[in-house]
Amino acid sequence: MNLSPQTKQKIAFTLLGLAAVIVIVPVALILAILIKRGLPAISWQFLTEMPRMGMRAGGIFPAIMGTLCLVFGAIGVALPLGVLTAIYLVEYARKSWWTRMIEIAIVNLAGVPSVVYGLFGLGLFVIFFQFGSSILAGSLTLAIMELPVIITSSKEALMSVPRSFREASLALGVSRWQTIRHVVLPNALPGILTGSILGISRTAGETAPILFTVAAFYLPRLPKSVFDQCMALPYHLYVLSTQVPNVKQALQYGTALVLVGMIFLLNLVAIIIRSRMRSKKQW
Amino acid sequence: MRKFREAIIEKAILLNGFACILFVILIFVFLAKDGLTLFRTITIQDFLFGRIWSPLAEPPQFGILPLFLGSLVVTLGAAVISVPLGIACAIFIGEIAPRWMRETLKAGVELLAAIPSIVIGFIGMTMLGPVVKNLFHLPTGLTALTGSIALAFMAIPTMVSIMEDAITSVPRTYKEGSLALGATHWQTIYRVIIPAASSGIVAAIMLGIGRVIGETMAVMMLTGNASVIPKTILAPVRTMTATIAAEMGETVRGSEHYFSLFAIGLVLFGITFLINFLADMARHRKRQ
Repeated sequence: MNLSPQTKQKIAFTLLGLAAVIVIVPVALILAILIKRGLPAISWQFLTEMPRMGMRAGGIFPAIMGTLCLVFGAIGVALPLGVLTAIYLVEYARKSWWTRMIEIAIVNLAGVPSVVYGLFGLGLFVIFFQFGSSILAGSLTLAIMELPVIITSSKEALMSVPRSFREASLALGVSRWQTIRHVVLPNALPGILTGSILGISRTAGETAPILFTVAAFYLPRLPKSVFDQCMALPYHLYVLSTQVPNVKQALQYGTALVLVGMIFLLNLVAIIIRSRMRSKKQW
Repeated sequence: MRKFREAIIEKAILLNGFACILFVILIFVFLAKDGLTLFRTITIQDFLFGRIWSPLAEPPQFGILPLFLGSLVVTLGAAVISVPLGIACAIFIGEIAPRWMRETLKAGVELLAAIPSIVIGFIGMTMLGPVVKNLFHLPTGLTALTGSIALAFMAIPTMVSIMEDAITSVPRTYKEGSLALGATHWQTIYRVIIPAASSGIVAAIMLGIGRVIGETMAVMMLTGNASVIPKTILAPVRTMTATIAAEMGETVRGSEHYFSLFAIGLVLFGITFLINFLADMARHRKRQ
């Protein structure tokens, strides 16, 4: 069969379009199912009450609070560390084997499986540092895990600040650190924030790293200190859907919807910051 | 004084750059410390090539071959689904789709990336499992195939975003040159653009596969957790990651079983380290 190039192109483009549809339809389907089945379960009580009857009734308040604690704990550690590393790589480092080593380390940190982070957190924070299964251990584990995301996006944000800004400042006799502190960072901040928020949102949904470092199966109270265990939304969903028999489906879907909703809300904030930054940019 | 302060700050920042390397080393050390302890009582051959994983039997057996093959089957299945879909989707987004459609598709792919693995696992259990079960008349819908399908969709966002970068960063002049010679758009895409973007595409595939191998929660919920050597893709399997996640809670600290899970972690770390290293090399070569 000898088709003309134009016909071949039509066939090829149709197939490619079809592939795009195959990728997108499940996304829409997943969201539709979550909303349709999860929304009826969500009420003020569901969001603000403790779970009751072995999690078969009541709300998910401690899981929501636990996830918030973990997320903010992780970002508190990872943000300064990540931004400073990015500053080093963009502003100070020269091209050398050492810089290349750091880059390879970042790439590999990004690729370490989440459950291996869990093992690492268990070995280092829970046992070696004797933090026990606690919010502290979980947050630190998650912080190391999200470090590569924050470094990568901060690097991009720093690199997008034009060279001429730095040169102008240095030419005025301002020192290097002052230039970074007062010229580069303020201009790169929205980009850094966007990337970090995307990092946070990923953290909120992670289950494997918190399995052995913090997550409590059933703990119907709020944590009192960073050395307490806590419940967390993703682990709660795991428990509800595999470990506890006879849970109403509405509860499971409701939990899943709250988790996804929280992540999308964070993403939305990031997108808003990004678009405002773009409109403000004058170069 | 100012010079002194500058020097201190510079050193502090340099120290930070060191942190990432330190963390990689720490991860390795803490996996190796406990993982290698296993080999005091069990030979490496028995661990790597043993055909039975049954840590609670008497005597316990710690052969990770069934787990390794479980991971392999699920990963290959996911690769077969996600690589063609990912490449096609990236080409469509990067080259063919009109602007509004491109933005919608990109947003859709980003949404997919934002859905956590536990939610994919949950939806897969309730929706995909029954479909697979009825389609192939199986006793259970939780099989390697079910896991592969779900994982394919988790790998696609990673693949598409890197591939799309690679495709759009091919210099315009290549494309214009080809079109000016009378080639159709499609001929230009597969004869000029794809070869020019090939190292980025290869890197994208490897990073996507790296993500699939390391994925834990969704596979644990979807593959049926049977630690036997799989004969077909329609059999329940258990992956290395799922084994760690499922069994760590039941182990006694300092037992053989506990050490064996760290040893699996070490194997996983080695595999993903290699994949990511090679993928980075592929991406790096492109820039030179």
